[in-house]
Amino acid sequence: MSNESIDKQEFNITVYTENQIGLLNRIAIIFTRRKINIDSLNTSPSEIDSIHRFNIVITESEEVVRKVCRQIEKQVEVLKVYYHTNADVIWQEMALYKVSTDVIAEQVSVERLLRENGARVVVLRKDYTVFETTGHREETDALINILQPYGLIEFVRSARVAIIKDSEGFNSKLREFERLEPGEDVIENEYLNQGQKVFTM
Amino acid sequence: MEVANETLTTPAIQEKAVELTGSAALLEALIIEGVDTIFGYPGGAIMPIYDALYDYKEKLNHILVRHEQGGIHAGQGYARTSGKVGVVFATSGPGATNLVTGLADAQIDSTPLVCITGQVFAHLLGTDAFQETDVINITTPVTKWNYQVTDATEIPEVIAKAFYIAKSGRPGPVLIDITKNAQIQKFDYKGYVQCDHIRSYRPKPIVRQQYIQEAAALINQAKKPFILFGQGVILGSAEQEFKAFVEKSGIPSAWTILGAGAIPTDHPLNVGMLGMHGNYGPNVLTNDCDVLIAIGMRFDDRVTGRLDKYAKQAQVIHLDIDPAEIDKNVKTTVPVWGDCKETLPLLTALVEKKEHTEWLKLFNEYTQKEVDAVINDELNPTSGEMTMGEVIKQLNELTNGNAVIVTDVGQHQMVACRYAKLNKTRSNVTSGGLGTMGFALPAAIGAKFGAQDRDVIAIIGDGGFQMTLQELGTIMQTGINVKIIILNNRFLGMVRQWQELFNERRYSFVDIQSPDFVMVAKGYGIEGKCINEREELVDALKTMMNHNGSYLLEVMVTKENNVFPMVPQGCSVSEIRLK
Repeated sequence: MSNESIDKQEFNITVYTENQIGLLNRIAIIFTRRKINIDSLNTSPSEIDSIHRFNIVITESEEVVRKVCRQIEKQVEVLKVYYHTNADVIWQEMALYKVSTDVIAEQVSVERLLRENGARVVVLRKDYTVFETTGHREETDALINILQPYGLIEFVRSARVAIIKDSEGFNSKLREFERLEPGEDVIENEYLNQGQKVFTM
Repeated sequence: MEVANETLTTPAIQEKAVELTGSAALLEALIIEGVDTIFGYPGGAIMPIYDALYDYKEKLNHILVRHEQGGIHAGQGYARTSGKVGVVFATSGPGATNLVTGLADAQIDSTPLVCITGQVFAHLLGTDAFQETDVINITTPVTKWNYQVTDATEIPEVIAKAFYIAKSGRPGPVLIDITKNAQIQKFDYKGYVQCDHIRSYRPKPIVRQQYIQEAAALINQAKKPFILFGQGVILGSAEQEFKAFVEKSGIPSAWTILGAGAIPTDHPLNVGMLGMHGNYGPNVLTNDCDVLIAIGMRFDDRVTGRLDKYAKQAQVIHLDIDPAEIDKNVKTTVPVWGDCKETLPLLTALVEKKEHTEWLKLFNEYTQKEVDAVINDELNPTSGEMTMGEVIKQLNELTNGNAVIVTDVGQHQMVACRYAKLNKTRSNVTSGGLGTMGFALPAAIGAKFGAQDRDVIAIIGDGGFQMTLQELGTIMQTGINVKIIILNNRFLGMVRQWQELFNERRYSFVDIQSPDFVMVAKGYGIEGKCINEREELVDALKTMMNHNGSYLLEVMVTKENNVFPMVPQGCSVSEIRLK
């Protein structure tokens, strides 16, 4: 029992689904039923019309993540589910920072700030300025810390989006999904064996 | 009007569209899906469907229940005995929420159902309209799939999907919520096409020959193999395939309560029941076998007891249609994904014909110990008050194992499942996973509609009967022939047993009083009798079975009898207690 908490780490769950009302709830309750907190959730249309992609981040043991993923994949409108550790993905979060233009122009070297934090200006108005930065949590946090003393007015961070390092042929397989009417044997129902090509489920 | 009066029933796509209401399109769909019986209760938001039903009375037999929970349990009973999809109608709001217990029960016991609920007009959704509840969100965790229809044109396709999802793969309940405007709306009906695939849904995993071979190799080298089978065998209609596998491999086989009857109880390789109140040998020897072959079962905690001491010595082969069940509770050595109707013959072909005589003898030795310590006293008492077991034993003599036995939840359920003789599949209807008290009476009504040529006997405790006894009204009105045996121990017996064993006899609110059940039955025009004495038992059972129509027999049994053997909670299956 005590080993479980040691084994916990961030996992990135990628879910391909149909675009269906209520599916978000169906997926969310699989976590809430087990009292698992969702650290980050992004859902948006994929590159294929009518197929949506979820990126879900949770902190759990692999054992739990595997079981949860199987339960998600079991849902009628879910096409495919994968899970990956942070080492297996490249991910980004985007953040927006709103500050007073006066304060920032007077007291900060804006050029240096932008350069050092990889930030850019999205809006520049008399009354306020909006910066944007993209990166890992620590990077977006760093800019908060810098701007906080200068009267940060508002801050928002997006959910994580992640690209899987070992996803060769994902797009073409998804296209196949789009073309191939089910009932055919092309996609096996068994993503479970790790090490296998991700789409031979 | 003409269209509504002469019902169409057109299976294929029609050349010319016909104008139909959403309600009529729904009923057309049901007929094409082969539905003959609907269990339901009308109400405001489903009135247009009931109005259309008035014209379909000849083709669809609607059973008016007394409560929506009774309706859905009846649907479950129907599905379990007939193998078809149970269909239930309910109205919005309270009608729909009354379905929730039955949906949860059907979800955990994999029972195929299609429930249709009425809903307020689409333009009123979200306004807290009269009898509006968010049924889709309430039922999401307890349905395999659900969907809200707000436009009549969706109905044919959605109903086709509903039936396909409910019955394919691992079956389960589906709920379709139809707003009142969609029920009324007229549209160009172009016929009904049954669904046979959904892009994102794979009901059956692909069978992998590699795993079949690995499983067969394990079985062939096993010295002490042991089969556990569950309802998957019955749901997959794989009873013959299963029997062939068991008989060729010669492996002792034990059942979960939902698997009961998949092979006859007196088959020489059927060694009994698993789990908390299962038989002695199957529980103890789970921790002695070398290869454990689980077929269509899900290692419920009531079957496994303490997991970290469960079959740790064994290599585990798990056959299941649902990939999410593999490794969920018990780590599998070889997973055999697939429909067991397909995987079992492949496995049978590869296993060697064997007889595990010594190993089987060990099971029989344990059986003898259990007979001496428990079963004999339970089935053949000569003095004192009657036991539940002897009622079941005498019943077996009369049914000869050919009846459908429907049980409620509690001590009587465990006793009935342990001792009922079952010759045929689809003979045992019980609430296994959810343990729903009040299940048996309505489920028995449904079971009878699903198997009209069979005797259906509901065995119910005095507590559970009082949860849904209003369904006696359904029996009265339909005139259906269901035999009801109440095993009355004047206690909520199973909880009392736990309080006796684990709470120092602190009998907290288990002392339940009952009305005169026979008089209640008489109020509904149902014949009945209450017996107290052992000498009356056989005759009373005969009278019940021979009675033309439903009959209620109340048997007063020992107040403080305990069901043994028992695996106490938190203990390993091999720590099963005989007393």
